[in-house]
Amino acid sequence: MDMKLRRSMLFIPGNNPGMLQNGGVFGADSVILDLEDAVAPSEKDAARFLIAHALRTVDYGCSEKVIRINPLDTFAAEDIKAVVPCHPDAILVPKVESAEDIHTAVQMIAAAEQPDQTPVKIIALLETPRGILEAYNIAKADPRVVALALGAEDYTAGLGAMRTKEGTEIFTARTILVNAAAAAGVQSIDTPYTDANDEEGLLADTELAKRLGFKGKLSINPRQIDVIHSVFNPSISDIDWAEQVIHAIRKAEAEGSGVASLNGKMVDLPIVNRAERILHLARLLGLIEGAK
Amino acid sequence: MKNALGREIPEYISGVAEVKVFAGAFDTPPSMNRQAPKVKTVHPTDSKMLDSLAEVFAKIPVTDGMTLSFHHHFRNGDGVVNMVLTTAAKLGLKNLKVALSSVFPVHAPLIEHAKNGVVTALDTNYMSGPVAKAVSQGLFATPVVMRTHGGRGRAIECGQLKIDVAFIAAPAADEYGNINGVQGPAACGSLGYAFPDAQYADYVVAVTDYMVEYPLSPVSIPQTRVDYVVKVDCVGDPKGIVSGTTRITKDPVGLKIADNAAKVIQAAGLIKAGFSFQTGAGGASLATAAVVRRMMEKDGVTGSFALGGITGYMVDMLEKGLFKKLIDVQGFDLEAIQSIAKNPNHLEVGADYYASPFNAGCAVNKLDAVILGATEIDTDFNVNVVTGSDGVIMGGSGGHSDAAAGAKVTIVVANLLRGRLPIIVDKVLTATTPGETIDVLVTERGIAINPRRTDLKEKILAAGLPVKDIQELKELAEKIAGAPKQIKTGEKIVAIVEYRDGTIIDVVRQVEE
Repeated sequence: MDMKLRRSMLFIPGNNPGMLQNGGVFGADSVILDLEDAVAPSEKDAARFLIAHALRTVDYGCSEKVIRINPLDTFAAEDIKAVVPCHPDAILVPKVESAEDIHTAVQMIAAAEQPDQTPVKIIALLETPRGILEAYNIAKADPRVVALALGAEDYTAGLGAMRTKEGTEIFTARTILVNAAAAAGVQSIDTPYTDANDEEGLLADTELAKRLGFKGKLSINPRQIDVIHSVFNPSISDIDWAEQVIHAIRKAEAEGSGVASLNGKMVDLPIVNRAERILHLARLLGLIEGAK
Repeated sequence: MKNALGREIPEYISGVAEVKVFAGAFDTPPSMNRQAPKVKTVHPTDSKMLDSLAEVFAKIPVTDGMTLSFHHHFRNGDGVVNMVLTTAAKLGLKNLKVALSSVFPVHAPLIEHAKNGVVTALDTNYMSGPVAKAVSQGLFATPVVMRTHGGRGRAIECGQLKIDVAFIAAPAADEYGNINGVQGPAACGSLGYAFPDAQYADYVVAVTDYMVEYPLSPVSIPQTRVDYVVKVDCVGDPKGIVSGTTRITKDPVGLKIADNAAKVIQAAGLIKAGFSFQTGAGGASLATAAVVRRMMEKDGVTGSFALGGITGYMVDMLEKGLFKKLIDVQGFDLEAIQSIAKNPNHLEVGADYYASPFNAGCAVNKLDAVILGATEIDTDFNVNVVTGSDGVIMGGSGGHSDAAAGAKVTIVVANLLRGRLPIIVDKVLTATTPGETIDVLVTERGIAINPRRTDLKEKILAAGLPVKDIQELKELAEKIAGAPKQIKTGEKIVAIVEYRDGTIIDVVRQVEE
């Protein structure tokens, strides 16, 4: 399973050279260099050139390099041809509605890859009611798919509902997506919080996403990164708990007992898995010592 | 001869009585007495009111070769400097020295007066606009003296900048010469930069367009130091005096830098009761203040004071109880003016109180942290805020060197790339503030700590902040933008950069027209 940290995935407009150059300084786990919504149709060619150049020359540090291409039925083919040979880590495919869409994307990506290139991963952006319904099939369509992400603005328009800050209208889509991703063993990434000036709203929305099981959140402004990380980072009490779980398991193993318990509760496999994930995250973030 | 920063300073400089070179931020102690202006008397029936500037010139009288001083609280809205110099030119005066605490684009007529020999010397702490450019191209035969805000106070108090007549642009005055900066159409708030002039000039003239009944209140500059009062039609354009509400930058890179700068202050352990702070009015400086504010609010910290140029943002922090006092030498916006007029915890202080190194203690000495900018910084942490990448003067120390010397932690915030130029160089073109007084450089791609501050480095590393060697940051920038060529300057010295203690830290040489 792909264990790459994707707490925050930051959109960078593909037609803004300054932002493309500085995209790596904000500490986002992934940067998404955007060819779709941020770029007018007349500027797609220029943005492709800029992004291809940025991929070859700009140091994005620890941030994963993701490119959001245009929808498969518009400029996706040209986008993929231009950017895939420049070694992005992943392609964010918008408006995915079926496993078939993933197969199409995989074919185009594979055809554009250089012979020695690490296979480019796929993150599927689900932003239609149909896409949500097909979430599990999409996640399972190809091993390149490492995450499902929710695009709530288009999805809500598709529903014919009003988009609100509380997000009642996207509750179903969120839970379906998280469930499908978990079932398929891929990550789930929440929709961006679009009011960059409302830090409290962002915090509440991100906390909700975490409670629902999301592993990360899309972001439309660098100012959002710290808040998002603060939510998805394991807390000290999370880490303490996880260490106690692992300790209890080891102790039980050493004593030859098949059953471990912590504070009177049985420690079963799902609890161990959760504890291991927390410790893995904590190690990745340098919050605790240990092999990465 | 070379000064302590390795800068080549000529042994003789035209217009400078004795060339003393910079020896270190605290290595040149004073050895003089304070300047004593003429003692005067005014009889009960005397009037101080005169009808025109021409009458003032006749009465004093202003003669060839005198030094006339001005403050810059009206910034780019100032009308008084031009008015006074026009009068001087009409009266056929020559060889005047203008001691104006900062020069703005509005002062462009100074160029003609210089060409006509009316003004032959300039003494200032900051210049921007046409005059700065003309100076860089060799406008004056003798070099312009560029001081710090505290250094100007020192030079006046110690008799090194002897003022014959101080023309004080006064937003409000009464007929006996009491002045304040908070009433009238040209209200500018604090009049702090005029305080030393009023104390030590031989003659002090209040120039106002707003007369109030005697006695005016509150009093910033008292009648006891003011010889004459002139009412004119208009002292300045309020639009150029007061900036709009200063806004926090929205530039994500600027915000990232601000965030890291605030985290440095926090890591240094300074965000606690009694915290004192100075920051500029620029977008990124203000953004740092915003992050610091959140940290203070979160920890329930009440600071002691905020210092320097005051904006509405600082006023709001005072009113919300985040700082107990504001120490204000210069106000930038309407909120600052209104606050200093009504809030007893908002103190108006002079340039000497603010930052002069040669008195019994200035306010910058009490600073915990200051956020400063830089045009260039070198790998020894020396900062240039005088000349731009083309060698042309585009600023000046102002309070930069003063606050840097005084504060416990001095942080320079700067984008690693300014336009297409790396901010870090091997050697700054014009040394303004010595590296020994700069502790931390915060950029969007990492934080460099002055090797003199191992204590700070440990704390900042422990906080998990991205610490890099300054050389490493320099190479990072050059990898992106390349290393810029050193610019070529001419031989003629157009300005001397005086450190706050009166020694010469660098000289500025002429650029091509």
